Amino acid sequence: MSLEHFMSEAVSPWLKEDGPDSDIVMSSRIRLARNFSAYPFPLIAGDEQMEHILHIMLNIFDQRSFADYKKLEFVKMSDLKAIEKQVLVEKHLISPHLADKSDYGAVLISENEQVSIMINEEDHIRAQLYFPGFQLGGALEQAFQLDDWLEEKVDYAFDEDRGYLTCCPTNVGTGLRASVMMHLPALAITRKINRLIPAINQLGLAVRGIYGEGSEALGNIFQISNQITLGRSEEDIIEDLKGVVEQLIEHERQARRVLVEQSPLELENRLFRSLGVLQHSRIIESKETAKCLSDVRLAIDLGFINNISKSILNELVVLTQPAFLQQYAKRRLSPNERDVFRASVIRERLNMEQKEEL
Amino acid sequence: MECQECQERQATVHFTQVINGEKMEVHLCQQCAKEKGYVSQDDDPYSLHHLLSGLFHQKANTLSHSSQQAHSYQELVCDKCGMTYPQFLKIGKFGCAHCYDTFSEHLDPLFRKVHSGNTTHEGKVPKRTGSDIHHRKQLRHLKLSLQQAIAAEAFEEAARLRDQIKAMEKRTEEQEEGDKQ
Ligand SMILES: [Zn+2]
Ligand SMILES: [Zn+2]
Repeated sequence: MSLEHFMSEAVSPWLKEDGPDSDIVMSSRIRLARNFSAYPFPLIAGDEQMEHILHIMLNIFDQRSFADYKKLEFVKMSDLKAIEKQVLVEKHLISPHLADKSDYGAVLISENEQVSIMINEEDHIRAQLYFPGFQLGGALEQAFQLDDWLEEKVDYAFDEDRGYLTCCPTNVGTGLRASVMMHLPALAITRKINRLIPAINQLGLAVRGIYGEGSEALGNIFQISNQITLGRSEEDIIEDLKGVVEQLIEHERQARRVLVEQSPLELENRLFRSLGVLQHSRIIESKETAKCLSDVRLAIDLGFINNISKSILNELVVLTQPAFLQQYAKRRLSPNERDVFRASVIRERLNMEQKEEL
Repeated sequence: MECQECQERQATVHFTQVINGEKMEVHLCQQCAKEKGYVSQDDDPYSLHHLLSGLFHQKANTLSHSSQQAHSYQELVCDKCGMTYPQFLKIGKFGCAHCYDTFSEHLDPLFRKVHSGNTTHEGKVPKRTGSDIHHRKQLRHLKLSLQQAIAAEAFEEAARLRDQIKAMEKRTEEQEEGDKQ
């Protein structure tokens, strides 16, 4: 099993490529929920039935490749240590739900980690596809092909009136959850984001912080996604989401311009202080790390800093998460030890950047 | 813009509803939107599940008051997975695909609340197994367009659509003949 490389790299290979608008939109994701017509949903299904589904998916899809996404690796949750499952969660390759209810859960992950197909999650199949930057349209097109490819072998639960039948009424119809991950530091610094969120919600879209608890957005990284799945075509759902994301990009760019124009020195001061904290801390918590990383990434985007690569935010946000950190340390770390190790990993990583410069 | 419902207060909730394939813009004030169940009561816009459980509890409560209706609810059991209607109300999840048929008559109000007024799927159809459905949907769309064309006295357009529909129906008949042989 080549689980090793899913565990060792913080940044998924696909995320290393630059996508459109990638100064603000980090990634686009399409997720489709599907179920076998012949089995009850995982909520009700018996052990034997769940086992059956695992076997079917393993036999048909393990080591196969969809389009040019490289081959799929079948990973059973029950074969993983708790910390390994957590790493996959931190890399967004599986959901927390799959990691927790793991007895008969599994995932098919493509070698470049762009495609992940969760099995026996809340639904029998949750197929997700990631793209770097802002590429919802392209992602949907590919997700449809992935869906057709799966459907060649699997009889889906589908109803002419209700669409794709899912365990939860919030997913029925298209089974589609489209989302983008956005870095919105200027809207957060100016607190404009607080006024924008309710307006976005009213359009039937959800906004949440991607790391951190509840609605708090660690690292000023927000996820925007559709909530309505029934009664609208996938294309229409995507169009709505795209429209809102385009506006948010515009708002964020505007807020960045205003920050630079109105208080350039204060801004520069704040951003370079954050770089200083990352470069010199001996102990640092994940919350402060995220804030400083967001600042440094903004400084790179604004051209204040140009000897550090843009991928630093993507990479260090994942690398400094609790499970990944321990995986990297190759041992269990207490919260205090984590803060020390985190600081040293960050220093090491930033040093690497500087050396490459020379 | 004033609220469509009370025509008094300022409309602050705006969205598009699709009913039977027709798009409709909806503009409501916060209060009317709440009363109609379009926004959640507790002002927590993140939590769809809250909205859901709110709805379920509401229903469960009204149930216990009207005994007659409660009786018929109690008897609904999915014969594929054993999920009962009260269980479904409690956990807010279906047990299997067949639950959708079993509880069908009660689902429209629920879906309307969760999916801003929608009850019918408008999107993708399975490629391999869904060609009939795809065909029927296309035909239905064409017939709807035909009616609209006639109503708008766009007769050339109507004639073109009628020919298209005839051709499609003929093809279906031929296929069915073919299948029988
Ligand atoms: Zn009103
Ligand atoms: Zn059932």
